[in-house]
Amino acid sequence: MSKITFKIGGVHPDDSKLSRGCAIEVLPLPETVYVSMAQHLGAPAKPIVAVGDKVKAGQLIAEAGGFISAVVHSPVSGTVKAIAPRADLAGRPVMHVEIAVEGDEWADGIDLSDTLVTEIPDDRAAMLKKIQDCGVVGLGGATFPTHVKLNPAPGSVAECLILNGAECEPYLTSDFRILLERTKEIIVGAAIMQKVLGGCRTVIAIEENKPEAIKAVSDALKELPYKIEVLPLKKKYPQGGEKQLIAAVMGREVGSGALPISVGAVVQNVATSLAVYEAVQKNKPLLTNVLTVTGDCLPVEKQHNYLFRIGVPLSFIAEYAGGIPEGAAKLISGGPMMGRAIANLDATTVKGSSSILYLSEAATKRNAQTACIRCGRCSQACPMGLEPHLLYRLYEAGDYDGLEANAVQDCIECGCCLYSCPAYVPLLDQIRQAKGAVLGIIRARAAAAKAAAEAAKSNESKNQ
Amino acid sequence: MDKHIVSPNPHIHAPVSTRSLMLDVIIALCPAVVVSFLFYGWSEVMIMAVSIVSCVLLEWAITKWMLKAPSTVGDLSAVVTAILLAMNLPPVTPWWVVVIGAAVAIAVAKMSFGGIGQNIFNPAITGRVFLLLSFPAIMTDWTLPQGFINPHLDAFSGATLLGQVNILGAAQADKLVGLQTLWHNIGGSAGEISAIALLAGWLYLVVRKVIRPWITLSIFATVAVIAAIFHLADPESFTGPLFNLLTGGVILGACFMATDYVTSPMSNLGGVIFGFGIGLIVMMIRYFGSYPEGMSFAILIMNMAVPLLNMAFHQRKFGRK
Repeated sequence: MSKITFKIGGVHPDDSKLSRGCAIEVLPLPETVYVSMAQHLGAPAKPIVAVGDKVKAGQLIAEAGGFISAVVHSPVSGTVKAIAPRADLAGRPVMHVEIAVEGDEWADGIDLSDTLVTEIPDDRAAMLKKIQDCGVVGLGGATFPTHVKLNPAPGSVAECLILNGAECEPYLTSDFRILLERTKEIIVGAAIMQKVLGGCRTVIAIEENKPEAIKAVSDALKELPYKIEVLPLKKKYPQGGEKQLIAAVMGREVGSGALPISVGAVVQNVATSLAVYEAVQKNKPLLTNVLTVTGDCLPVEKQHNYLFRIGVPLSFIAEYAGGIPEGAAKLISGGPMMGRAIANLDATTVKGSSSILYLSEAATKRNAQTACIRCGRCSQACPMGLEPHLLYRLYEAGDYDGLEANAVQDCIECGCCLYSCPAYVPLLDQIRQAKGAVLGIIRARAAAAKAAAEAAKSNESKNQ
Repeated sequence: MDKHIVSPNPHIHAPVSTRSLMLDVIIALCPAVVVSFLFYGWSEVMIMAVSIVSCVLLEWAITKWMLKAPSTVGDLSAVVTAILLAMNLPPVTPWWVVVIGAAVAIAVAKMSFGGIGQNIFNPAITGRVFLLLSFPAIMTDWTLPQGFINPHLDAFSGATLLGQVNILGAAQADKLVGLQTLWHNIGGSAGEISAIALLAGWLYLVVRKVIRPWITLSIFATVAVIAAIFHLADPESFTGPLFNLLTGGVILGACFMATDYVTSPMSNLGGVIFGFGIGLIVMMIRYFGSYPEGMSFAILIMNMAVPLLNMAFHQRKFGRK
């Protein structure tokens, strides 16, 4: 039993990893794919193809829209049919490139063999460029562009690279499956990032409810020449949260509003590591990922882990897997704690898509709200040490100063508070609103301070 | 698609509700209730039944006819209050006194503040203290009723151990407390009989994570330390730690009344200070007050400090000093 975990808060939902035994299957191609221009954190990508263009799989079709942004490649070969807004998961319009699939022809220079390449190039800048050019983003949920994270600002030093294999969300098994089936590639990817960061301590952190994955990684590490450790963690949600994982592995706490690098940490998901491997060693852009089709109302024999091309509509995957099960009350993209309810199943998959989760009414029903009994379970569950019951009341009272003083802006929206509340008070629903409002106030204040400083400066220069 | 729910995360919920927590408290009280029935017989069964029926009916009637709100009796908190009230009364309390106690607990202390979650004072203790002040003779009538099993009816039938202190003196009273007191302590209210039964219930709640142990431990530690200091200084005048822990309402109060969610502080540190205050006040009342016992007063007084403790003490936030 590992005792390594984060110290503040956390909950223990049943892990429900029903699809853990389902080996990764390759999903066939649909007739049409829809490639979103907003599938990473930051500015949307800008399309560089035109309607009617012929494209190949792996060909660049959109360039980065800013410093924090990522390029996008065509996941298939075919003809560009449209470049138009299309409804995303929540039904909001987002620019998509629609491509009619014709055959499966790949762009030149991409190594499609499955030969393991263990030798890592020496040129760090070139590797970083390759990661950027291949559109690699964090696949753990935030989809933050990987090349930005691997290139810390001057003055900050990476002391520890943590590979996030916690997969603390119930039901999800895609990280578990790639840890089992693509073990060595993930390790080489980790070694590449380790080298890019200057050779810091590198840890592959896996929760101990995945003993097969821990064994596979430690066995593979023995056969490979890298200095990388595997670290079993005690199972606790939200251990895969960046701040919690750093606290668990390094015993350090990233301050409010600060980046992991401020405590010397860089965290990358194991799926991102696989993407880095493919980018650097195989010259293959990020255009596939693994997605779990699972749920409590889906028989295990109908559950799957699919290797999918990014841009395949969710509805195609659902249909291919046998359709929406009878008892499904809620469809979720992502895990049951932090995933997003699917309002539009026709939405396309993006780089960060990790699941289609079907939950029955029994599993997902929220009881009617009753009076808060001040049991304090929300505060004990909060991994950020916040007091959700207090934030809830402050928001009801419209006390934004009180909300800021009680650190509502630190909320990571993990859902532990509402999950634990015996009175079903919609804590996170309200705290999310409060957090948005307070972050707006903080930004406005910063902007006003900046404007005031500039005004003072220009007055000064006028007076001279 | 329109038949599927679309709502924000989290999409699952822990198997916990107000009702399940209250049910756990009821289960935890069961050993002590069973012991009280064994020793005090039908008389105690009647008190318990009257208390539960009165509390539940009152809450139901108040929500239905006065507040015109959905009934809250399903959350079982009225049953918890009722059991605790019954355990705080002498085993020969007349039924109508129990009803008055229930009315004060539910109607005044709980519902008039807005029901569960809103009350400042622990309802059961408020009910008991009201009765103690209104019917002092009845509330200190420690006649022993016929039990279902035959307890030791030797040395001190008919008066509580705490009541013996003024009669026998501290040094003699101290000798009456031994290991057997842990199992059963005859004389006093139903909730004072068996330390073991109460502690077993408390342990159940702590293990199930229904309550945190800090308030209870803080009360025990404070009582023990204060009693040890006074007892060492003057054993003739002041009873010792074991006596003070095992007699009266310290265990019942520390395990089940001071740990009431609504009327205790939210933070661990606040809870420790709350427990210290209770321990200090109960010992001051016992040693220097005019009442032989002061657990109820101690808890009620510290209940008043809870809003302040909640404002002053917060848990440590991640990444902040």
